[in-house]
Amino acid sequence: MATRTISYREAVNEALAQEMERDPSVIVMGEDVAGGVAGDGDDDAWGGVLGVTKGLYPKFPDRVLDTPITESGFIGAAVGAATRGLRPVAELMFVDFMGVCLDQIMNQAAKFRYMFGGKAVTPVTIRAMYGAGLSAAAQHSQALYPIFTHLPGLKVVLPSSPYEVKGLLIQSIRDNDPVIFLEHKAMYDVTGPVPQESYTIPFGEANIVREGDDVTIVALGWMVSKAIEAAAELEASGVQAEIIDPRTTSPLDLDTILESVEKTGRLVIVDESSPRCNMATDISAQVCSEAFGDLRAPIKMVSPPHVPVPFARSLENLYIPQPQDIVNAVKTVTDWTG
Amino acid sequence: MTTTEDATTEAGTDRIQRVTMPKWGLSMESGKVTDWFVAEGDELTEGQDICEIDTDKIAGALESSWEGTVRALVVDTMVDVPVGGIIALVADADVPQEEIDAAVAQAREQLASGDIADDSGPKLGAVEVGGATIAYAVLEPEGDVTGAPVVFVHGYGGDKDSWMFVQEPIATHRATYALDLPGHGASSKDVGAGTVESLAATVIGFLDALDLKSVHLVGHSMGGAVVTAVTGDPAAAGRVASLTLISPAGFGPQINAGYIRGFAAAQTRRELKPYLLQLFADQSLVQRQLIDDLLKYKRLDGVDTALATLSAHLADGVDVTAALASFAGPTVVVWGAQDRIVPAANAASLQGRATVHLVEGAGHMSHMEKPHEVVAAIHEAVGSG
Repeated sequence: MATRTISYREAVNEALAQEMERDPSVIVMGEDVAGGVAGDGDDDAWGGVLGVTKGLYPKFPDRVLDTPITESGFIGAAVGAATRGLRPVAELMFVDFMGVCLDQIMNQAAKFRYMFGGKAVTPVTIRAMYGAGLSAAAQHSQALYPIFTHLPGLKVVLPSSPYEVKGLLIQSIRDNDPVIFLEHKAMYDVTGPVPQESYTIPFGEANIVREGDDVTIVALGWMVSKAIEAAAELEASGVQAEIIDPRTTSPLDLDTILESVEKTGRLVIVDESSPRCNMATDISAQVCSEAFGDLRAPIKMVSPPHVPVPFARSLENLYIPQPQDIVNAVKTVTDWTG
Repeated sequence: MTTTEDATTEAGTDRIQRVTMPKWGLSMESGKVTDWFVAEGDELTEGQDICEIDTDKIAGALESSWEGTVRALVVDTMVDVPVGGIIALVADADVPQEEIDAAVAQAREQLASGDIADDSGPKLGAVEVGGATIAYAVLEPEGDVTGAPVVFVHGYGGDKDSWMFVQEPIATHRATYALDLPGHGASSKDVGAGTVESLAATVIGFLDALDLKSVHLVGHSMGGAVVTAVTGDPAAAGRVASLTLISPAGFGPQINAGYIRGFAAAQTRRELKPYLLQLFADQSLVQRQLIDDLLKYKRLDGVDTALATLSAHLADGVDVTAALASFAGPTVVVWGAQDRIVPAANAASLQGRATVHLVEGAGHMSHMEKPHEVVAAIHEAVGSG
């Protein structure tokens, strides 16, 4: 492995570039993924709204397609192209826009393999930004992965670091099923070690981010780094937390979570999505069903309140689960006496 | 596993020797002392264990190469110390306590400031051999070089980093090169035919590319078979001064084919861990970071094909006894008594042909579990050549 430090943003870009290089059937499409094409300005002026795809258009001018602002149209086109042999990576800019193209995802892409008796494959990857933290207000800050996780036929990916981004995105592109690949917009400048070579991380394999015997913390996406901060503070007070990053919510690696809970007897789940019917409630229910006898305390869920994401920075900070919230939840379960 | 730093300070030369956090492996940036085996006032002898150090990847004992009195333990246990940070002071008993106190204060100030220059550890390089990139780590002595360089060749699924405890002590007097075989580490992933002979040809190409005319070869497991095959290749005639073989493949029929195939096939942490546990006598050495690093390697494009090709040859059995029979140089073999991959019983075929050291308390990875014995064996093979 020739490993060097790059950003979460660069990891997305590198995965796309390497797969486009390797496989001519990979195309990138979406709003302003190049930006300025056919206009008066530069051909690669934007590279996506946060510059993630910048540089791809000059390298692959025939395979980086700027689309009209019509999610229902271009997501449908990407799904159709996938059934005819291409491997499109469509960028749905903000995942909050899923509402205008949900039929194409939910009733078409997710159903083809099943309804055509396994004879159709739909190797489409839909990339989108999610999450709070940039003061982007209620319509551009949601963490909607539980909705996709709810739908059979979709795979749902939440990379928590640059290493995860590259390996999981390459896996998404090579996968023969529709994949929803969600990038946290507050993480694009996070850096970490990433191999130069192409590699894949299998879906449904949780990463044990940190080992510990006292409590299991399951954290998703951006929340993994919050949990790492919390674990450092907990260590200072003698509590060793085990942190598990499921990496994909569908499929979900429940075995790794259960094995950890069998060891620690305590579970805290940190989930940035709205608290009703989210990953925390889902994982909590499954652990209660499968490992109730191993639990030595109630499961604690750390999620935002059930309100739209606030625009005001001060309120948004209160909304987002913070390391101190995780520490408090862990102390509740480690201090539990019944 | 030794580390020391010249007894120099900003004020000039003094008589205090500074024991620093070693760099075990290219990726190691810091470590924790988990246990001190010496106390202030103890007399230290060469080869004695000073402390246990945990690097996340692997835990190991730090061996002293110094004689003197332990005058100060600078850091507490379980505190993260960057590579190169001073952890203890060794000096003769007649060095005044004030000088020791001043040196401790200076060391702690340096640790607190984080301003620790770490230029220790191997430097990375890469050469082209037959159209493939071969990566390597080179470590050379700061002072005079005496004798031919030592080249390390890892085993199946390993890489240049596996010599982390061995390369530095050997590099005190001669240049050392640890390479990544094709299909491994940062080298090209295409292994070609993937036979021991084809890998040996790559090693010879590596020696040519770096213009290494005469070398001592050290090989582990499959790498042991490869370096032996190098001696049998006419292209390397007269260039190999000695061989040190650690649990080498190719000298007997016994090899754990289940391990070889299982390591190649394992896709997940849960699948891989049981195989890694078989590598060591002390299974607690298999830590999370070791498993993660191997998974990261195995996920790279091309590695599955490389390992499948190599494992097919290895599981079929390789034989390099003929090459060794025609090699005239010194040959020293180290074999872990608890080796469950290439069992020590294979050493029987080497009786009378090589010096064989059976190491108790070591499995297949004696260069990681008992590096002191491996270093001693290399010194024995290298002699004064």
